[in-house]
Amino acid sequence: MKKHIFSLMALAMWGMQAYAQTQQEPSVLKANGKIYVVVGIIAIIFLLIVIYLFRLDKKISRLEKQSS
Amino acid sequence: MKFLQKAWYKALAVLLVMYTLVYGLLIDLPTDVGILDETIRNLFYHVPMWFGMMLILLAAWINSLLYLSKPSAKRDAYATELTNVGLLMGFCGLLTGMFWAYNTWGTAWTNDPKLNGVAAGMAIYGGYWMIQKSVNDDAKRARLGAVYNVFVFPIFLALIVVMPKLAQSSIHPGSGDTVNFKTYNSSQNMEMVFYPAVVGWTLLFVWIAELRTRFRLIKLQKDNEKAHF
Repeated sequence: MKKHIFSLMALAMWGMQAYAQTQQEPSVLKANGKIYVVVGIIAIIFLLIVIYLFRLDKKISRLEKQSS
Repeated sequence: MKFLQKAWYKALAVLLVMYTLVYGLLIDLPTDVGILDETIRNLFYHVPMWFGMMLILLAAWINSLLYLSKPSAKRDAYATELTNVGLLMGFCGLLTGMFWAYNTWGTAWTNDPKLNGVAAGMAIYGGYWMIQKSVNDDAKRARLGAVYNVFVFPIFLALIVVMPKLAQSSIHPGSGDTVNFKTYNSSQNMEMVFYPAVVGWTLLFVWIAELRTRFRLIKLQKDNEKAHF
């Protein structure tokens, strides 16, 4: 489990590096900070879709067990 | 622990797509991207659809070859569903591309070699669906589909990758005389979202293909049981 947590952290840091790397003007999208609200909403929708997919996956696994 | 052994690629898909959705919107862009402006962020959403489609159709092609060398219901199910989901990804790419084109070039469809190649390629894959839907004998349908797929995939690649590259002129990035995104990308932070995006989106659609395949195999088994009674 520890290993997975480390790889998660590495992924997050990699993202932050991509995010912090440039010294240019911040883009117009971020000018008033509202874009974070949109990002949050997209993240929530995507997470719900993922939960739905995992539940579907489980249901199919149960069907597989029944029919074998 | 057992969950991660079985579903590692699904977890990876979720992580990478989540990363793409968040950082794709938040990273600072190179300043000179011409008329693309902020829409160059579509590189993380529109382009991975096509890359993913090609990878998934390649997987379907390999499954069709394996089916022909050693026929089995499992190989047929994987080849068919990977093709279906690959084409779904292609349609996602097509629709997003048309929307992007409408807002950048002013029209949803141009007679660009890249776009016409895709239209012809999709039409050819329509033939694959025709075989799947119109042949009743299961073994015959599987064999015909596999043979068709083996021939069609290389033609499809020629139409959507090779021919546009060889074209004299094009307005679609990365084909004909146009440049691709690497030319714009001086700070190289777009690569750090783009490549994870390709892997993430592809794995997400592979997951859907896997679910459809397993469902198909269960249904096949149930039908066989019914036929025996």
